[in-house]
Amino acid sequence: MTTVPATPATTPAVPDAAHARDLLRDMLRIRRFEERCAELYQAEKIRGFLHLYIGEEAVATGVMRALTPDDSVVATYREHGHALVRGVPARAIMAEMFGKATGCSGGRGGSMHLFDTARRFYGGNAIVGGGLPLAVGLALADRMLGRRSVTACFFGDGAVAEGTFHESLNLASLWGLPVLFCCENNLYAMGTALVRAQAQVDFTTKAAGYRIAAHAVDGMDVDQVAAASRDAVATVRAGDGPMLLEFRTYRFRAHSMFDPELYRTREEVDAWKARCPITTYEARLRAAGVIDDAAKATLEAEVGREVEDAVAFAESSPWESVDTLTRHVYSEPEPGHAT
Amino acid sequence: MTYREAVREAIRKALRADPRAFLMGEDVGRYGGCYAVSQGLLDEFGPERIRDTPLSEAAFVGAGIGAALGGMRPIVEVMTVNFSLLALDQVVNNAATLLHMSGGQCHVPLVIRMATGAGRQVAAQHSHNFDGWYAHVPGLTVLAPATIEDAHGMLLAAMHHPDPVILFEHVLLYASEGQLPDGADAVSITSAVVRRGGSDITLIAWGGMLARTLAAADQLQAAGISAEVVDVRVLRPLDDETITTSVRRTHRALIVDEEWRSGSLSAEIATRIAEHAFYDLDAPVGRVCSAEVPMPYPRHLEQAALPQADTIAAAARAIVGR
Repeated sequence: MTTVPATPATTPAVPDAAHARDLLRDMLRIRRFEERCAELYQAEKIRGFLHLYIGEEAVATGVMRALTPDDSVVATYREHGHALVRGVPARAIMAEMFGKATGCSGGRGGSMHLFDTARRFYGGNAIVGGGLPLAVGLALADRMLGRRSVTACFFGDGAVAEGTFHESLNLASLWGLPVLFCCENNLYAMGTALVRAQAQVDFTTKAAGYRIAAHAVDGMDVDQVAAASRDAVATVRAGDGPMLLEFRTYRFRAHSMFDPELYRTREEVDAWKARCPITTYEARLRAAGVIDDAAKATLEAEVGREVEDAVAFAESSPWESVDTLTRHVYSEPEPGHAT
Repeated sequence: MTYREAVREAIRKALRADPRAFLMGEDVGRYGGCYAVSQGLLDEFGPERIRDTPLSEAAFVGAGIGAALGGMRPIVEVMTVNFSLLALDQVVNNAATLLHMSGGQCHVPLVIRMATGAGRQVAAQHSHNFDGWYAHVPGLTVLAPATIEDAHGMLLAAMHHPDPVILFEHVLLYASEGQLPDGADAVSITSAVVRRGGSDITLIAWGGMLARTLAAADQLQAAGISAEVVDVRVLRPLDDETITTSVRRTHRALIVDEEWRSGSLSAEIATRIAEHAFYDLDAPVGRVCSAEVPMPYPRHLEQAALPQADTIAAAARAIVGR
């Protein structure tokens, strides 16, 4: 039932060589990191749920590029890539997935709950649609405190069916809050195809119902994602209210690690894999003379070292002591304060 | 001063003391609050800080959580506990959970006020009491102020708490009158309090049940039974010590709980008494709870469903054996 968007007839020009290499590098970092995660899951080093972002890398990569360190990010349970390109160290992410004390959430969150408040990365929310109200609140705080920050809120097509999507868009628009709603439309809510779940599959019209400007973007093309995000962030930051970008993308791997994928055809998956955001972008950069075999090999080696360093760090990190089991249920008194 | 004025005064003090504090909820601004708690505050603080919301409980409770993460000190008014079910995911999965799930990074200093309880003939969807549901959740602090002083002082204390606080204001209390002492300030939000001394039995109540439990104690006194009344007032974390100390002295306990009996907070308190004071008891712990029925509309059926001073006193006499 789903159709693959046609590749644009005109290939956009590569804007800037260093910028382009950075985009390719970030996408590759996500891909290699997650390929390693899948192996570590088979090896039972990573447990629980593991939702891979492979195929969708262009979206997080392009959006994060448009944000500053003062902006906030709210993501979903498929957020390893978002954390990585937001600047959360690979070591801290991998250690979190191992459940180690050195993880970015102290080992208590795991794959679905990566947090790093120093980088204004607010999870890691595993209730579909649960993060949208938080993003509205973060943006409200920024506005009330006079900060010119933007909150980027990621969610999938499944969340669009949730009440919180509609309530949050209404509230953000009503109050003119600086939220960039980033819908990662990978066409399936777990195993339910979008067309089987939603009466209106054009999300820009839903945004229009809340007087929110929205654009559909080819989420397999990192240049288009980066350009659309840069423009949208500028608009939102200028105080013109929230915006919504719908990134049309595709998940190459299973929903999680327990998914027989009975709901989609091999042909459909292969058609989307032919539009892989990394291989297509690499080809574009090669054609433009931005990278060659040697540069690609260097890049792969650097990324490989980062991933293996993260794995080694996670492996060698300590477990939290069971004595600390009930920590962080309530705030601990600040040093110097009586209990 | 009325209970609602005491809450209003606390909100006013909190907003004057901290520019990060603000109130948001349905009809808190122009309407003045469904229970008239926030009347006049819009004029004083303006629409940014007395913020009317659409009917979007999940979104505005979640936005309160997000605003708290972002450095604000929000007070979110959910019109009634009945409607809070629409925001329960945000309360349980985000407000109560973010601190732990983030390894101690995400503090949520959020106060959620809501009206609770039955007794106004508003039938099955507007008469709920879910004290025990909320008190079940680690990460929350749950308060049930029953007096003017607590209505004022618990809100002020909650505003200085680093974690999410749920404040239950019983609908029958808003019009109750009392004195707010000069210089009244924050009160304890960790301890129960003995409201009336006695020696024959401990009556344990909170929120909307306190006044009728004190009335029952008057009836018992007339019958020659000396009842001590403990106001639990902090539903989570429970103050075991105050309850246990009283029961060890009186050797008998009766818990009065407006909730349905099965799985209610009264069950938790009774279990703790058994755990901590079993050998001090001279009789089984008793409970007076609401009938296990969706609240009916007509007054006689509604009143029959709820704990009353008479039924409380009768249950106490049965335990004491006089």
